[in-house]
Amino acid sequence: MAVVETRDLTKVFKQGELGAVNNVNLVTREGEFLVFLGPSGSGKTTLLRMIAGLEQPTAGEILIGGQVVNNLSPRERRIAMVFQSYALYPHLTVYKNIAFPLKAQKVPSNLHKQKVEWAASLLGIGSLLHRKPRELSGGERQRVALARAIVREPSVFLLDEPLSNLDAKLRLAAREELERFHRRVGTTTIYVTHDQVEAMAMGDRIVVLNKGVVRQFGTPKEVYDDPADTFVATFLGSPPMNLLENEDVIVGFRPEHFRLAETVTDTEKVLFNFHVENVEYLGAEFILAGTLGGGKVEGKMVIARLLLGHSFEVGATYQFAVAERHLKYFDRTTEKKVPARKLAWR
Amino acid sequence: MAMTGSALRSTKIKSAGAAQSPMLGTAMFAPAALYIALLIGTPFVLALYYAFSDARIGTSELHFVGLENFRSILQSPSFRTAIKNSIFFTIVAQTIVICCSMMLSTALESKFRGRGLVRYLILLPWVAPIALGAIGWKWILDSIYSVITWLLVWLHIFKPYGAPMWLGEPKLAMASVILVHCWRLIPFSTVIMLAGQTAIPKEIPEAAAIDGAGFWRTLFQIKIPMMRSIISVAVLFGTIFTFTDMTVVYILTAGGPFDSTQTLPSLAFATGIQGSDLAAGAAISVFLVPVLVVVAYLMLRVAHRTEAT
Repeated sequence: MAVVETRDLTKVFKQGELGAVNNVNLVTREGEFLVFLGPSGSGKTTLLRMIAGLEQPTAGEILIGGQVVNNLSPRERRIAMVFQSYALYPHLTVYKNIAFPLKAQKVPSNLHKQKVEWAASLLGIGSLLHRKPRELSGGERQRVALARAIVREPSVFLLDEPLSNLDAKLRLAAREELERFHRRVGTTTIYVTHDQVEAMAMGDRIVVLNKGVVRQFGTPKEVYDDPADTFVATFLGSPPMNLLENEDVIVGFRPEHFRLAETVTDTEKVLFNFHVENVEYLGAEFILAGTLGGGKVEGKMVIARLLLGHSFEVGATYQFAVAERHLKYFDRTTEKKVPARKLAWR
Repeated sequence: MAMTGSALRSTKIKSAGAAQSPMLGTAMFAPAALYIALLIGTPFVLALYYAFSDARIGTSELHFVGLENFRSILQSPSFRTAIKNSIFFTIVAQTIVICCSMMLSTALESKFRGRGLVRYLILLPWVAPIALGAIGWKWILDSIYSVITWLLVWLHIFKPYGAPMWLGEPKLAMASVILVHCWRLIPFSTVIMLAGQTAIPKEIPEAAAIDGAGFWRTLFQIKIPMMRSIISVAVLFGTIFTFTDMTVVYILTAGGPFDSTQTLPSLAFATGIQGSDLAAGAAISVFLVPVLVVVAYLMLRVAHRTEAT
């Protein structure tokens, strides 16, 4: 097991253009499950590929287990990687796919069978060993890719959107399996995804990236409850955080904190007239979309997320409120978090 | 939307009409069938017919002679040399072509400055007419005007007049014929291999690199096995081109010296056309058929397998 560290890591693909990754500094913890989260083009995969040694950084250093590995080839870094497409060798059986890293790293051949069987049983694919990748389902392929990664007991695991090729139902099951797998092997893992639910569910900590820059680095609770800027605030959460401009700040609040005024028990609260324009019934909750009325925020679109228990009419106006402790404040020009303050709303 | 719908419907009606009218279908199919029948079928049947006759240039009389032609050519030492040469020539040339084109395609797949130009230059020998290329090589390998000899003399490797006769000594002549054939076929084979290399998803060699495989292991255990069907296509096409080629042999050595570079097609030409014995020439060329049938069968099998996976 090892700690991965990057120091001012930068990757510029075309000279003169904005870097795909810019001055990224981060340190994992021993055995941690770290998630790189960001939209497509945010540089998260490039960052992972630099750690893997598949991409040469333009500037900065990568350390694995305290050693600078910039000039080491992927195989010398003792890492394992699972690709988005799994990259199984199509002409080899599952057994040979899993045994390939052992052969390549010149592990004595009498140990191969035992190690392959150990990895296969860990992932429950012992019965598939004689099959070719094309004869496997998406979920089985993913497990083979994981088995191939784990078989030589790497110091770091790198996973590049391994769930994105699975259908929604399978993805949930595979996610749980991955979490359980990580708990069992306890290897430092870096996981790349654009899916905020995956990131929240799996990550010990999340690195939120946008345009090659780290926007926030913290636990799922920190990035969700206390976003560092408006990008993080709107990227995490579905529906995203409501943002309203007021004086020189942007004020944000989560849709689940925007509720009927009588249910908000806090004394310090901001009241709004909420004109409901659309109601989505999602079984366990409502998603209400509408506009605010009165004061400085007249006509602003907001979204509310409410548990069942009250019925809402499209076209009607209700008295809604947000507790002041749930309001987040961002600077209007930098869009970065600023301390809470008292604002006039009327 | 409505426009697209009606347009779609009208094409549907048109194509349904085509399917229903057997005349139109036949008319569309006819050029291909006619081409095959006239330019491939007729000569082939004629060759078979001549092979069992005593056809000669200069007389229109024909008699059926059974297997007489085959009996006589099987006894001729020239024919046995030609068969041996054809097989040797094809195997050696193909081995060189496949190895070189594999190396070239690997080199040309990686990005470097001027890659487009190099790819273009490498393709040139295939684009140039084979007869012109071969005549150029005839001069390069000539006994008096050879630039290779001139260079070797200039470098003091050989004395003037002491240099080898590239086309005049049996072993060197065969080597020269093989060399020119490789020069001609490597570009073609490289293009096929390059297509095969680029068809491998980029993540596969990356995964191999992370798994700890070096260049050779990735090449031999991952890339080449994954390119198996495309390599077979290159080998099969190359085999046909090599086994049936007579241009290079005819222009460079005309089969000589002492039949040392005589192959089946050049012997058939020399016997049938130049020697006026059409029947014997036809019988010799009929010996190409079994090899070509096997190659064609293998090609269809590869195509089928690629379709199935």
